[in-house]
Amino acid sequence: MSWVYISGILILSGINLLTVLGLSLLTGFTGLFSFGHAGFMAIGAYISATMTMRMGMPFIPALLIGGFAAMSAGLLIGKLTLNLKGDYFCIATLGFGEAIRLILDNIQFFGGARGLPNIPPYTTLTNVVAINVFAITFLVFIIKSRHGRNMVAIREEEMASQVIGIDVFKYKLMSLAISALYAGIAGGLLAHYLGYIQPIMFKMVKSTELTIIVIFGGLGSVSGSVIGALLLTFLPEILRSFYEWRLVVYGAAVILIMITRPQGLMGGKEISLKGIFKFIKKFINKYKDKEEVKS
Amino acid sequence: MSYFLQQIINGLSIGSVYALMAVGYSLVYSIMNFSNFAHGGVIMIGAYIGYFCLTMLKVPFFIAFIISALGAGLLAVSMEKIVYRPLRKRNAPFLYFIISAMGASIFLENIVIASPIGPTFRTYPPIFSTTPIMLGSVALGRIDLLMFIISAISLAALMYIIEKTKIGLSIRATSYSIKGSTLMGVNVDQVIFIIFIMGGILAGIAGMLFGMKYTVYPQIGNITTKSFIAAVFGGLGSLPGAVFGSILLGIIETMTSGYLSSQYRDLIAFALLIFVLVVKPTGLMGKSTEDKA
Repeated sequence: MSWVYISGILILSGINLLTVLGLSLLTGFTGLFSFGHAGFMAIGAYISATMTMRMGMPFIPALLIGGFAAMSAGLLIGKLTLNLKGDYFCIATLGFGEAIRLILDNIQFFGGARGLPNIPPYTTLTNVVAINVFAITFLVFIIKSRHGRNMVAIREEEMASQVIGIDVFKYKLMSLAISALYAGIAGGLLAHYLGYIQPIMFKMVKSTELTIIVIFGGLGSVSGSVIGALLLTFLPEILRSFYEWRLVVYGAAVILIMITRPQGLMGGKEISLKGIFKFIKKFINKYKDKEEVKS
Repeated sequence: MSYFLQQIINGLSIGSVYALMAVGYSLVYSIMNFSNFAHGGVIMIGAYIGYFCLTMLKVPFFIAFIISALGAGLLAVSMEKIVYRPLRKRNAPFLYFIISAMGASIFLENIVIASPIGPTFRTYPPIFSTTPIMLGSVALGRIDLLMFIISAISLAALMYIIEKTKIGLSIRATSYSIKGSTLMGVNVDQVIFIIFIMGGILAGIAGMLFGMKYTVYPQIGNITTKSFIAAVFGGLGSLPGAVFGSILLGIIETMTSGYLSSQYRDLIAFALLIFVLVVKPTGLMGKSTEDKA
């Protein structure tokens, strides 16, 4: 395996990770379910690619504009549906994701169904890692803050959190906006890594795959999402012959996780330096105890 | 004028199949309050059962119909047993139901792709002659007519069960309040079993009709997106609403492809969804979206 190949997979998993981080905030921490995040990625990808190709804009501002475009789409869709009960939001995101793809199919400015070729390859491993580090830090700060705790409260018991005075609608909207921003930036990175984009790349399957990664990693765990994104992008690449069965296993695994261990891989826990030290200490102490018993 | 009538007739036939799907989905929603996104998988399996009955077993058409309806019903029930029942017993949050439904839908679609059946498009053997029946200047496709008649009969049977029989009464009671009807002696497990088997049978019929009209392929279940839209349009959880919304959606779609362009057909459907959500989220006949708590 050459380094180019490995760094390519790393870039792809980094891009997946960025979207998964946003989704983790939405599904894992706020308890909302989206079928349309590929749509946000598509918006980010097309807008940022247009910015760099036609306007000659530098990479980072173009990415941000793409991200903010996705975010405004998120705000719009959220404003319409988040104050409704039940599955309306779910169905609306499903409709939104498909509608974005169909609209892009029909816009000749963006190349229609044939897609947009010759996007400058600005995405490198360095800037993907840098953006991800920044994104994780920002996310952890949000989750640790009052806002993050309010979101968790909404996930756990919406009625009760409304009673104690949390503005449920506002926090749901905020969570959706941030996750759309992440997805939009990830879309921009994807466009500038692959060099071409097509509407068909952002089908519903893409959205569901991203959600599956969040569930694997564990609802309500950032480090779980990180591990999940890296693992589930790497494994299918290494096991190419297994490729067709991949989604079959994913589907079965999602059902199994929901039945047996709904908290996922990490189960709401985080990996932190403190935790690792604690774990090592515990391990050493155990070892010491054994030694003492022996002697 | 005859062109307009032609579009109306096409719309009615496609809308009635949407109604078959939307009703199964709405039934589950009205009682369990979550979107059964795995419904598309059941439709797809129904279409494949019908196809293999006709091509490999070479059974007569109506027997193939019954086998595919029963097969899909069985699949829906076993899915309920394996996937949803453990969650129900644990009183899991509704998010888990949606996630499991999504998992089941991915599983069903991809196991067909990965199995020897493969992702190829398959065409049903010709069952009826393709020459349409002429009514004045309006052409009635034989398959379209069959779609409409079978859907209408199935929907009427369903409405009869729900409105006139004792089990229908318990279904209606459960849709108001699960707790209350349990206290009144309704066996909720049985009610859920029945709504899944009825939804599954209708899904199998819809799948086979769709396969006959177009082709069979693993992603055929995605057509249920339309029935979700129709269900929202008519009002989530309301059966007459689901039927009405589906037929209206079918007519709007055929009008769009007839007068504008078939490229805009799906786009108009999604635009309609957003429009309904903005203007009247309860749909045409939906129950209130306020939480009863």
